Order: sequence, then structure tokens, then C-alpha cells
Amino acid sequence: MLLSLENATVRFGGQAVLDAVDLSVAEHEVVCVLGPSGSGKSTLLRAVAGLQPLDAGRVSLDGHDQRGIPAHRRGVGLMFQDHQLFPQRDVGGNVAFGMRMHGASKAEQAARVKELLDLVGLPGAPGRAVGSLSGGEQQRVALARALAPRPRLLMLDEPLGQLDRSLRERLVVELRELFSELGTTVLAVTHDQGEAFALADRVVVMRDGRIAQTGTPLEVWQRPADEFVARFLGFDNVIAATVAGEAAATRWGKLPVPEGTPEGPRTLLVRPAGVRLVAADQGLRCTVAARTFKGTHVAVHLQPEDAPRLEAACALREAPEVGDEVGVEFDATEIVVLDRAE
Amino acid sequence: MALPVAFFGVFFAYPVAAILARGLKVDGVWQFGRIADVLGQSDIRHVLWFTTWQALASTALTLLVALPGAYVFARYDFPGKQVLRAVVTVPFVLPTVVVGTAFMALVGRRGLLDELWGLRLDTTVWAILLAHVFFNYAVVVRTVGGLWAQLDPRQEEAARMLGASRWRAWRTVTLPALGPAVAAATLMVFLFTFTSFGVVQILGGPTFSTLEVEIYRQTSEIFDLSTAAVLTLIQFAAVGAILALHAWTVRRRESALRLVDAAQTARRPRGAGQWTLLAGVLVTIAVLLVLPLAVLVQRSFGAADFAYYRELTSDESGIFLVPPIDAIGNSLSYAVVATAIAVLVGGLAAAALTRRDAGRFVRGFDALLMLPLGVSAVTVGFGFLIALDEPPLDLRASWILVPLAQALVGVPFVVRTMLPVLRAVDQRLREAAAVLGASPWRVWREVDLPLVRRALLIAAGFAFAVSLGEFGATVFIARPDNPTLPVAVARLLGRPGELNYGQAMALSTILMVVCAVALLVLERLRTDRTGEF
Repeated sequence: MLLSLENATVRFGGQAVLDAVDLSVAEHEVVCVLGPSGSGKSTLLRAVAGLQPLDAGRVSLDGHDQRGIPAHRRGVGLMFQDHQLFPQRDVGGNVAFGMRMHGASKAEQAARVKELLDLVGLPGAPGRAVGSLSGGEQQRVALARALAPRPRLLMLDEPLGQLDRSLRERLVVELRELFSELGTTVLAVTHDQGEAFALADRVVVMRDGRIAQTGTPLEVWQRPADEFVARFLGFDNVIAATVAGEAAATRWGKLPVPEGTPEGPRTLLVRPAGVRLVAADQGLRCTVAARTFKGTHVAVHLQPEDAPRLEAACALREAPEVGDEVGVEFDATEIVVLDRAE
Repeated sequence: MALPVAFFGVFFAYPVAAILARGLKVDGVWQFGRIADVLGQSDIRHVLWFTTWQALASTALTLLVALPGAYVFARYDFPGKQVLRAVVTVPFVLPTVVVGTAFMALVGRRGLLDELWGLRLDTTVWAILLAHVFFNYAVVVRTVGGLWAQLDPRQEEAARMLGASRWRAWRTVTLPALGPAVAAATLMVFLFTFTSFGVVQILGGPTFSTLEVEIYRQTSEIFDLSTAAVLTLIQFAAVGAILALHAWTVRRRESALRLVDAAQTARRPRGAGQWTLLAGVLVTIAVLLVLPLAVLVQRSFGAADFAYYRELTSDESGIFLVPPIDAIGNSLSYAVVATAIAVLVGGLAAAALTRRDAGRFVRGFDALLMLPLGVSAVTVGFGFLIALDEPPLDLRASWILVPLAQALVGVPFVVRTMLPVLRAVDQRLREAAAVLGASPWRVWREVDLPLVRRALLIAAGFAFAVSLGEFGATVFIARPDNPTLPVAVARLLGRPGELNYGQAMALSTILMVVCAVALLVLERLRTDRTGEF
């Protein structure tokens, strides 16, 4: 393993910001840590970079314990959330900085600066002042600067956090291509699930300094490990259920569950696509409380008479109006048992 | 960190301790009972009271007069600004005795105001207060204005968009950001006026006396070292208390600031209000700062054919072993060495104090660095003579003694000027450099240094200026064949006769011009460098 954390713990004033985290990243792997703000993901990066000492546990790179090794000798790259370009240097000076620190010759530096600026799509920019760059350009320069000294591990803190949406979507694709082309090992953190899923080979969801779930984007998306992960991914149809056979009793009525679901009290997730709207006299009776247009579909918020709200996804043509009365039926293939581990 | 600590230990703590021991130790036993004895004397208590209230009044008056000036220099662009900035700094570097003399020539008996309107202030405390404002105007303008010029005006604009009035935006956004700088300036002014020596000695007459004047009197006129030692201790305690208070307020207020290029924030005044403010500041500078200097220059040309100046080149006078004019070269070379020492020691100390992981001890050192400003220069100078006279530190005969004493006073300026700016540098920029492979020393060189170059130059300017004008300590340790300008002026003033007085005025004028030129060079340097980014 290129990077491994064992029992890594950081406390701020008695509170564990990073709580016994175990995580490893293999060479050429792109891992994305996903979590809400305050979940400890930036601290995780700082601990690996050597900017934040651990209170317990260890960080190893290539199997070597990094305890006592200062940030500048760890050979990892970190791209900061707001880029932190050096204001007094031009673009070329920023990109060349890391190579200069490692004693590269002027010619090497110039060649690499050109190569990297071409790579990130800013050819001919070395003489520009960083103050004159747009947000997207700053992001590219910061990336080139982090890549320049050829770090064995590249870490990105909210790499696309402050950029506008279309630029973000384009850059995510570019980054993905770039990393697979260069074979870079990447550890990124973000609060944006779309970014994480688009970028990563493997996603790590964090909550309150602990790892809540690890898996490929598809695994995490399809089978969130618990209610927290499900809600963080934007799924709100979560409800307590009692499973008996192939049905589960909930406040939304009897729901079908996949075969082999263990019996007893469980928590269920119903994906919006699994909430089917039918005539008002069938199934669970609901009132349409709100509808939001999502581009490919309409999210319909339904209020049952005596149960929590439900979200359904339906095509624009079929979407009911606010105030309509509808019936709801559930699709077994879109129902996930969240606490299956027990 | 080790170098600044060693520097202060050997060249400050040790000499001061030595002289305290000389005064308070009898047969190896400390006589602390003397403290109560001295404090019991009503005239000493009177000195203490006067020292305190005149310092408070001077500080308040200086802030009142100089803060609008700091604003104008920070935010307005007008022709001759650079020259004017150098001009307001000149008074600060003049030896205190010259400042006293200049004010005497202005408001004293047969002074300019006396001749014109029969107005005399030299018997009132106003002369002292005005001289203190004259002296400290630059402290406020440079310390506060220097930071103010680099504050991003958009912060204030953001507050105004949120519904704050112009005044409210200033009060809630700019004022808190300026807090550390204003606190630093206030502290400096208070310290200077609290420990004021030359000005009070000349303008105060027999009526008004500060602690420092009393220490000098006890040391060199009455030879009562024991009373002088007690007074030194009292001054030490008072200054320590002020510094502790200051450290506390600064720590509560300091925050990371967004600094921008000063050249971008200044613009031409617009509207009647702004022009009036600019005019007001210019008139204040003319009356309060330029007029006393002008009177000084005018008196130096008082005799026909530049007689006073020509006399400076002759070595016939017998006051010195060399022509007085040689003092210029001495002063300049001493000041350059002193500046180098002060910048090195002060820069290292400021860098150490900025480190995130700086512990309690280091933060305490922050306040200790200021002590040389508060401790009687007379004590330090005399202490040098009696403490640094044995091997391995027999420096009495060495020329380095003078720059060392001067650097001691320069270091606090360097630290005070550098610290607010260094602390305002975003910590993550340093982290970005570290992750890219820069060692802590390289981080300082590559990230901090370019960002604080301006502050460093200002600090060097201050250190140079105070070295040039330092008098209290230098007068004890400068050798008769190598006098500095202030020492030469003081000796000439101490002699009777029109010719000596005129020569003192002429030499003061030269000192003034030397300072002005040095400061102008600095101003020029400063704009060239800032043009880089």
C-alpha cells in the first residue's frame, strides 16, 4: 500500500476530530473522502501531509512510518481548498516552486513548467500574475504546482469547491482523464457527492471523524451502509420497519423487501424511483406537497395522511400538480435494507 | 530564537543588573528597604505623578493629531507625498536635545512666538506636550498608516453593502483591523513620553521633571547611585506593567488580515470634505513639524557667510579631538552597523514569535523585547561601561559598543513593525510551501520575506533613524575622538557662547538633512520593490 493510516486519531481540545481512522490507498488509485463539513476530512489530509500531528495511531507511506517526518520531507502534494497561490510570484514561479525546493536546474524547471501548463490547459501562461487569473485558472495553476515535484501521493482538498457548476463538471472529467493518464495516486476530499463519484475509484464516506462506509461509487450509491450515508447522499425516504417474510410493516404501510432479508426491526430506504404514483383510490393515499424540476425528472414531495413525507421521481408529463391527491405503491427492486450488517 | 535571547541577555539584562547591583547592593546584601525610603519622599512622588499624567496627555494629543494624518497618508494620493512622508519622520530621528532646543527657539524666551506676539510657553507644560507630539507624530503615521494602506478597502465596501454607514463601516471593519497597529503605536508613544529625557530636561526647567530626568540627575549630578537604582526599578516595573497590558490587548485582537498592495488603495481626494481633511493635515504638519525645524535651520544661518558651518570643519575649538564635522561619518557608520544588528536580531525574534507553536516562554519574550525602550537609556549606557569591561567581554575600547547600544533600542522597532504584518500572513501559504518541499527556513525566505519586505524596509528605516538619534546611552560610551552627531550637538550646546550655539544648530541641521536623505532613499526603494507585485 502506498498510503496507510492505522488507528489515526487527532483531538482538538479533547474532542476527536479524527477518530481511530483506518484507511489505505494503493498505487495509482484515486480515493475520494466524502463527508459533510466538520466530519474531519480536511484534518485527515493535513495529518497525512504532516501539517497536523497525530494524537494516536500512525501514517505510513510506502510502508514507512511518517512519525516525526516534517511536511517538506514527506514527498506528498497537497492542493489547498482556496489554492493558496503565492501572491508575489507569477504563474511560472508558482509552478516551479516545488522543483526549486528540490534543487532542480533552471532548464529542468522551465521545461516542466511548460509541460504542466500545457497539460492543465494554460499554455503560455508562466508570465502572468496570479492576481489576474480567474477561479478556474487558479485551480489549474494550483494543480500544476502540486503535480510539478512529482509527488508520490497527490492530495486535493475540495479541489473544485469554489468554481461554478459547468466549470466544475468539465474539470472533474479533465481531472479524471489526467489522473488515469499520469497514473497519479490521489486522495481527495469533498462534500460534493457528484464530484466524489465522478472522480474516484473508491469512495470513503466520513462522519464525525469516523469512516461510515468504503466502496466503489456504485456500491456506495446502490447500498448505502446506514441511514446517515443514505441521507448524506440525498435519499430522504428512510423509515423504520419490522420485517416478516417478504414484507415489512412501516408507517407507509406494507413494503415488499428483497428475498432473504433477515426478520425483525430494520431501517429501509426507498429510492424515489421506487415510489410509483397510481390512482388516488389505490395504495397509500398522499397529497402532493411540492414538486421540483430536476432536469431529467420531477421530484414530487408527497404527504401521506399520518406518516413522514415521501419523495417520488417521475417523468415531467406524468407529474401531478401541487395539491393533487394520489395513491402510492412501492417497487421491491428499489428498496434497500440499510442496517443489513446486524 | 537563541540569538535574540543571547543578545538581550548579554547586552541588556547583564549591564542593567550590574548597575542595579552597584546601587542597591551593600557588602553583598541587597538593600531593598531603600525602595520604601525613596518612595516615601514627596518630591519623588511628585515626579512619578507628573511623569504619568504628562505621558497620558501627550499620547492622547499625539493620537488626536496624528490619526487623521495616518489616514491621509494611507488612503490619499497627492503630489509630494513621498517627500512629506520623509519630512514627518525627520523629527523622530532628531536627538531629543535638538528637539528641545528647536522648541525653545520657537516658544521660549526670545523665541519666534515671543518676538511676534509676546507668547511664551516654555514655563507651561504645553511646550513639553507639543514637543512630544512633534516627536511622535511619525510613530503613529508610519505604524498605523503603514498597515492601513495595505488593508483591502473592499472589506469596508462589503460592510457598507450590508447597510453600515460610512462611519459604522469604518468603526466595525477597519478599526478592529487597525487595532494591533494602533495599540502598538499608542504603546510606543506612551513609552517615549513616559521615559522622555532630553525634551523635558530642556523645556521642563526646574518645575517639571520625569523619572528619566531624575535618574540622570541622581546618576551624574548628585552621584546618588542608590536612589537612581530605585528609580530605575520603578520605571522598569511601570514599563513592565504597560507592556503586559499591551501584550494582553494585542493578543485579543490579532487576526489574519487580507493585505493588498498599498499602491492600489490610495486615490486622489474627492469632494470638499476630503480636500479639507488633506489641507488640515498639511497645515498641522506645517505648523507643528516643519516650523520648529525651519526655525532651527534659520538660526543655523544666523551668522554671516555660513560662519557656523565653516567653524564645524576646524579642530581649533578644543571641545573634541577632531573637527565636529567628522561626527557625520561616525554617526552614519555606527547607524549602518546598528541597523544590521537590529534587523538581524529583531527579524529572527519576530519570525520566532510568529510560529504557530510558539509557547508561553516565547510569547513572554515578545513583551521583554520592548523593555529596552522603557528602561532608562542612561542606565543602559552607564551599565555598558561598568559591566562590559572584563574579558571575555571587554568591549569598552571597541567601536562595536556604540552600535550595540543603539541596536538595542532599534530591535523593538523592528519587532513591533514586523510582527503585525508577519502575523497577518496566511498560515496556509506557509503550509503550501512546506508541502512543496520547503524547509522551515526556506518557507520563511520564500513566503514570509517577500510579503513583509515592505515592513522590513520600514523597520530598517526606523532602526537606522533611532540609531542615528540615540543619545542617552551613546553619550556615556562614545569615545571623545569618535563622537556621534547627537553627542557633538549636546556638547556644543553645553558650552556658552554664540559660536557654539550656532555650531550646534548647524550640526543639527546637517543631521536633519542626513536623515531626510536616508529616508527619501528608503521611500524610493520601497516603491520600486512593491512594483514587483
